[in-house]
Amino acid sequence: MIEFNHVYKSFNVGRPNEIAALRGINLHIEASEFLVLVGSNGSGKSTLLNLIAGNIFPTSGNIKIAGQNVNKLPEYKRSKWLARVFQNPLLGTAPELSIVENFRLASLRTSSKSLKIGLNANFKEEISDRIAVLGLGLENKLQQAMGSLSGGQRQALSLLMAVMADIQILLLDEPTAALDPRSATIVLETADKLIKDYSITAIMVTHNLKDAYQYGSRIIQLHDGKIKRDISKDKKELLSYVDMYEWFI
Amino acid sequence: MDFYLTALLQGLCLSGIALGIYISMKIFNIPDITTDGSYTLGGAVTGMLLSNHLPTGIVLPIVIIAGGLAGIFTGLIHTKLKINPLLSGILVMTGLYSINLSIMGRSNIPLLNYKTLFDSFHFIADLNLNSLVILLLIATLLILLIGYILKSDYGITMRATGNSEKMVSALGVNIDRIKIVGLGFANALTAVSGFLMTQFQGFADINMGIGIVIVGLGSVIIADTFINWMNINSIWTSLILVCLGAILFQLVLAFTLSIGVDPTLLKLITALFVLSIVSLPRLNLIRN
Repeated sequence: MIEFNHVYKSFNVGRPNEIAALRGINLHIEASEFLVLVGSNGSGKSTLLNLIAGNIFPTSGNIKIAGQNVNKLPEYKRSKWLARVFQNPLLGTAPELSIVENFRLASLRTSSKSLKIGLNANFKEEISDRIAVLGLGLENKLQQAMGSLSGGQRQALSLLMAVMADIQILLLDEPTAALDPRSATIVLETADKLIKDYSITAIMVTHNLKDAYQYGSRIIQLHDGKIKRDISKDKKELLSYVDMYEWFI
Repeated sequence: MDFYLTALLQGLCLSGIALGIYISMKIFNIPDITTDGSYTLGGAVTGMLLSNHLPTGIVLPIVIIAGGLAGIFTGLIHTKLKINPLLSGILVMTGLYSINLSIMGRSNIPLLNYKTLFDSFHFIADLNLNSLVILLLIATLLILLIGYILKSDYGITMRATGNSEKMVSALGVNIDRIKIVGLGFANALTAVSGFLMTQFQGFADINMGIGIVIVGLGSVIIADTFINWMNINSIWTSLILVCLGAILFQLVLAFTLSIGVDPTLLKLITALFVLSIVSLPRLNLIRN
């Protein structure tokens, strides 16, 4: 689904403060794999995620998504494949728009935004059913402004919004870093369920080793812009929680 | 009484600007100074074409296109050259002064001897009331059009752009393009105001747009105060309030003139009036 071939990414090239964020990444992510990226600060996790999302482009090397070369493809043109959930719940939603308007936007991800009125009674009913699955009691508050919800509720809804259109890739950028433990569990459970139900290829960046241990089918540890460990599904099952802590010592 | 009726009619003429500023400022969060230029542009094109005996029905689409182009230029400068929106607007506004002057050929075109919009339809014998009916119809049409657009899928995307740009970009929207379209749309509405005002007052003038952006801003801020105060979510109500804001603004100016304030001070009063409306909610907060 996603291929990295000898990907290098440097910031501030040619200046004294040049930083090599990624140094020769070779990575193959299969369809419907749930990859968890761990690593200390500055190891290149976010850079890797941003390269897939398309906010930044590689300095050299090749990135392919669904077989297509995407080295210079801007973010908005990648939206047909991928959706993204941000660390800050505020970024993934439009706070002044209502819940149902946010979902309408999300459902238009892969289609054109025309001058049709798409937000009709049928659509509201469909959204209400989908939101009911979360069990947060939000299905009756569709007209409420998104900004009036708590961070956890917004994050759970942005996950649901991400799968509104048929996407193949879901990027989770520390989705629970800003949440309390209970909301974090709800959000991750929801993510895990949606990823399995829709067989989405998912990549999650996290600092929480417990989450990395509990969720996902493959773990990659980045260190100094290189892949240090790559634990596939079979090996991950044999891995113990304590082993993972030792990676960082 | 006629005095206030005239103010009401002027307010309706200016509701196009108010709606345009509502789109650029409230929806896209862009303070758009192009308004001063595109309002005069609407007036200049109207004056030039009407004095060449073109019917008002043909003049209107040309005015809309001209205003739209002005906004598109500002949008292009802002998004493609990454120039601060305020500066982009000022640049286009400055350039438009010369363009308007060359369209008009002189600084003032009187239209008293030509057939205008207000001579084309006769619903009521009384001239002022007839103008009122025509302007009310136009304002209603504008509200219906904008309301529909804002409720459509494209409109929801527009509203989200000013609200959470990062989300909209991640949703596969070309942010640059939607801003350019939005500014074009806003300035087309502003030009329609110039079109109406020119015919209402019976002349086009090169200086008619100076400081007009404050009228639009003032109307939107009046409306916004009510929208926040009464917790209004409906787009229709918001748009109607914006138009009412434009009317209220003119009525207040008419009132200050009627109590004998020197007309030279009119712009100062306008600025102070807008200042007082902006600060009113904050003063309230401090007291609480």
